[in-house]
Amino acid sequence: MKIIDKATVKHVALLSRLILNKDELELYSKQLASILSYISKLNEINTKDVPPTSHALATLKNVFRKDLLKPSLNTDDVLKNAPSKEGAFFKCPQVIEGK
Amino acid sequence: MENLYSLTAHELRELIDKKSLEPSRILDEIFKRIELLDDKIKAFVLVNKLNAKAETKIGKLFGIPVLIKDNICVKDENTTCASKILEGFKPPYDATVIKKLKLEGAVLIGKANMDEFAFGSSCETSFYGPTKNPWDLERIPGGSSGGSAAAVAADETILALGSDTGGSIRQPASLCGVVGLKPTYGRVSRYGLIAFASSLDQIGPIAKDVKDAALLLNVIAGHDEMDSTSVDLPVPDYRKSLVKDVKGLRIGVPKEYFVKGIDKDVEEAIKKAINILKDLGAKTIDISLPHTEYALSTYYIVAPAEASSNLARFDGVQYGFRAKDAKDLIDMYVQTRSQGFGNEAKRRILLGTYCLSSGYYDAYYLKAQKVRTKIKEDFDNAFGSLCDCIITPTSPTPAFKIGERIEEPLSMYLSDIYTIPANLAGLPAMSVPCGFSKNNLPIGMQILAKPFAEETIFRTAYTFEQVTDFHKKKPKL
Repeated sequence: MKIIDKATVKHVALLSRLILNKDELELYSKQLASILSYISKLNEINTKDVPPTSHALATLKNVFRKDLLKPSLNTDDVLKNAPSKEGAFFKCPQVIEGK
Repeated sequence: MENLYSLTAHELRELIDKKSLEPSRILDEIFKRIELLDDKIKAFVLVNKLNAKAETKIGKLFGIPVLIKDNICVKDENTTCASKILEGFKPPYDATVIKKLKLEGAVLIGKANMDEFAFGSSCETSFYGPTKNPWDLERIPGGSSGGSAAAVAADETILALGSDTGGSIRQPASLCGVVGLKPTYGRVSRYGLIAFASSLDQIGPIAKDVKDAALLLNVIAGHDEMDSTSVDLPVPDYRKSLVKDVKGLRIGVPKEYFVKGIDKDVEEAIKKAINILKDLGAKTIDISLPHTEYALSTYYIVAPAEASSNLARFDGVQYGFRAKDAKDLIDMYVQTRSQGFGNEAKRRILLGTYCLSSGYYDAYYLKAQKVRTKIKEDFDNAFGSLCDCIITPTSPTPAFKIGERIEEPLSMYLSDIYTIPANLAGLPAMSVPCGFSKNNLPIGMQILAKPFAEETIFRTAYTFEQVTDFHKKKPKL
């Protein structure tokens, strides 16, 4: 595992939809490097034939529900928390370019 | 008569059942207590004085005040995860645990402070500022359910709900001298719990004694079709496990938990506690959980990875805070998230996104999931033939000072070194008060059992409580 550099942190911030100022970039690069170097301890273990655990208990099975019509939240309740709305919609800045 | 606020839920229920207590008197006392103390302790982010009332007069918790961690949705009440990004959010529905509490007549008295999005072990990352430890106001109460634990310890509530992803119920319970239980993964529905790390999160009780924890778990446990990870197994009456008897109980004591870094007072208290159980007829067995030293690294890949994915939903569109004056949609996302999330949240989103990003997924996330298997196997082996429960310290040290670890993320992360393995393996685990340090700070003992063996934990903890009085000690406030 290689240790993270500032350019990578900047790229990861972009993927995360975060913007970092100069100080933050400096700080997080340093802190992430130290965390990742601690984490690299995992390479001491041979996991070649070990299956991954994504669910802690061996009850992994698909869960289906009956296909029944049930009431859902009403539109007003759902929109109540929206920072901006119009009619029955969430309103956000323009998505598609052009007029 | 003693002050009502200092009683337990089962003591209050007894008085209510005998008709010698009007439940509104409990509320009056509790709200007076909050008014008196919470400026100092800051356990509450919301005090629900106006609307607090039981929705039914029957039920197991009729008239009992319960404080709710601020990451659990309560309909039409502020639910913010102690984050700016959820400022003003009022959920349009109740979490399943809230629905269950209301059906049993519990009174929801407010929302508890926490580390932002449950990212932390000290309550210092809260947007609202830190909660103080009732035993020493210069110290942290633990986290992330620090508000819940501090309020129970200070008698500002009778019961509280917390959530536990890497120790967030048990570590603050330990540091505040109260009882905290993380149930088995799947035992309690997480519908309406704002997700942190979905393969680890569990809701659980924080209480003044073991019996109260059983009472509260009885109410919140059970299958829920709204949470596909909740398990469809019958829920026993946990009060029936409250039996003073540990004869023949095999207690595993893992050597990996008693190594460098553990505080002397903590080590001494745990060893004494184990001896008390031994004197009552339990047997101790020296065991080894050889992958313990890899648990923290595993957790700090799995948890941030899942968190970075879960927190993608906070984009300023549907609820909460939205940054003003954005140039376009992407800019609105970026500005909202950069202004809305605090430092620790950003750090974990970055770490998680990195571990999941193209080219690194196998080296980090997949590797961690594989090591997780090894950690789980350690417990399978121990519970398979060697022991019925495992006892360890809950936290390597008593409560530390506010500010002591906040600048150094890794030293903060090490606070959870003993609690994280139970989350990775999905096991139930409880912290019970078992002593005090030389400077009078509470110490907690952690009891772990195999999946769905909460009853073994309750029996062990209850027996211990019957012959000790650590849980009855109160901070001077």
